[in-house]
Amino acid sequence: MTRARRWLSGFGKRETWAAYLFLLPWIFGFLALTAGPMIISLYLSFTNYGLEQIAGIEPTKRVGLEHYHELANDDKITLALKNTFVYTLMMVPGTMIVALALAMVLMRISKALGDVFRTVFYLPQITPPVAVGVLILTLFNGSFGLVNRGLEFIGIQGPFWTTDPSWIKPALAIMSIWAVGGTMVIYLAALAGVPKHLYEAAEVDGASAWRRFKDVTLPMISPALFFTFIVLTIAGLQTFTEAYTAFFGPGTGGAENPDAALFYAIYLFREAFVNFHMGYAAAMSWLLFAIIMVITLFQVFVSRRFVFYQGQR
Amino acid sequence: MADRPQGPVGVGAAATVPVPPVVMTRRRWSLPRVGAYKQALFILLLIVLSILFVYPFLWLISASLKPQGEVFDNRLIPNTIVDPWYDNFSEVLDRAPVATWFFNSVWISGLGALLVTFTSAMVAFAFAYFQFPGRTILFAIVLGTMMLPNAVTMIPTYLIWTRIGDFTEAHSFLPHIGVNTQYPLWVPNMFGSAFYIFLQRQFFLGIPRQLFEAARIDGDSYWTMFWRIAVPLAKPALIVTFIFEIQAKWFDLITPLIYLTEDKLFTLPLGIKVLLDRYGVGGGGEGEWNIIVAGTVILVVPMVIIFALFQRYFVSGITTQGGKG
Repeated sequence: MTRARRWLSGFGKRETWAAYLFLLPWIFGFLALTAGPMIISLYLSFTNYGLEQIAGIEPTKRVGLEHYHELANDDKITLALKNTFVYTLMMVPGTMIVALALAMVLMRISKALGDVFRTVFYLPQITPPVAVGVLILTLFNGSFGLVNRGLEFIGIQGPFWTTDPSWIKPALAIMSIWAVGGTMVIYLAALAGVPKHLYEAAEVDGASAWRRFKDVTLPMISPALFFTFIVLTIAGLQTFTEAYTAFFGPGTGGAENPDAALFYAIYLFREAFVNFHMGYAAAMSWLLFAIIMVITLFQVFVSRRFVFYQGQR
Repeated sequence: MADRPQGPVGVGAAATVPVPPVVMTRRRWSLPRVGAYKQALFILLLIVLSILFVYPFLWLISASLKPQGEVFDNRLIPNTIVDPWYDNFSEVLDRAPVATWFFNSVWISGLGALLVTFTSAMVAFAFAYFQFPGRTILFAIVLGTMMLPNAVTMIPTYLIWTRIGDFTEAHSFLPHIGVNTQYPLWVPNMFGSAFYIFLQRQFFLGIPRQLFEAARIDGDSYWTMFWRIAVPLAKPALIVTFIFEIQAKWFDLITPLIYLTEDKLFTLPLGIKVLLDRYGVGGGGEGEWNIIVAGTVILVVPMVIIFALFQRYFVSGITTQGGKG
């Protein structure tokens, strides 16, 4: 029997049919909510689909690659991409460094106390993003906000975080770094998995604390660092809710719809569901997908040199 | 967008990353322990940091008890605590259907989480237990879908729901399902979710196969094996799925923003956003932050309670995600 026939003959077995019955919900969902929409989305990105077409007033016209050319010439796309990259570049390293620092300190105190502090540091992670948006407007208020009061206390005149275009993204990034809990928990588990004898050996060899960190800790937890690096980057590139809550919509406490907070996902949402330029928004979504893929593949490629997997060599 | 069923760290890509299985033992203290003096210093540092992490919560609670003019005095203990019979909370409940929004969020989160837990478990069980042609490729597709940004499917999915809405409206014997109903918020949960399928499959794989073989010999059906053996043993993974999805639904702003226009149907996050737009400074309001903050407390507190009750599941769920990748 050839391989293909053996493969096909599997469909004669009762087990196969039972398996596909169990898979049925997912298969249906995949076709109706993922694969189907992907095809439709790709098609839409080559059409002028919009409000008139939804209402059935005008027919859908194919426009070829027009939207994709438009993407390259749309100043707002450039702006939104720049905002998104700047925010991601602040948020991802910030979160990783703070999470690692917290995890390292937590590893050095007793377990009972460590668990208490872990709970405390995790709390911000369960704050709904809409609430984070409200907190940005209140805590980072330039004149009355708690953050600037605190800075005043140590003699620094804080900026107008929520209205000054150059400080909106740092404020958003800081609130995002506040929610390091999940990343910290991942690092805690990774740190707990580093064999103790490695540290003992390093100490016997007279390695300094810095050398032990650089040459033992970092390589041993590099898979966890790599994992969070990718996941945080993907999340950062798609950031929406906090910034949308604080700065977009009919009226908000900060500057009105400021360019500085126009992230890619927000621009996409507004194009699709406020302006109903659905063809264009579909093209935007594919550009986002492409960007995420390229960045992730680049990260995977680069990390080959740095990530150390136990038991591989 | 980052608002799709989402583990706390923005799940996605989990499986494309080759992270080796980390054997999760109890936390072993692998880093060198430090002397008592340094230890005290660390604890002091952690206490200072804890204040930084918790203060925004305390600020929220405290502000929700203050009259309008004192919200920004930033005192921890309010100078004047507003009249408990006519406070910010009864005010916010009075001015907007916050109670309705709250219960909408409760039942949508609960039902959605229940459905996605159940269906993901079925699919995960199939991938973990059955040998069948197509298994490898289908599982690769499951993992692949985690990479896809929500934005790509968001627009067509909306259009599909508009069509379903037009159809059900045209046939009066059908219930109205479609845009501006709450169905689009929970119906997708009937079809499993890639991240949870992955998480639960890991767990099912850990159940000794002999248990199932024995059940087969006893003549149990596949369904019995799933329902009577696999599900009870996988309870921790199912609880993790359930609370992660509760959290995802409780956090979600973009889906209700897309689908709901009638304010009776809103979920709580969308409701609070509306309050912010209505009573914040920009919306022509006079900045009634006491009202907004009281609403925000109603949004935040349920999650804190859930976290307090299920803390270890949050932690173990995230550890699985990061460790086993």
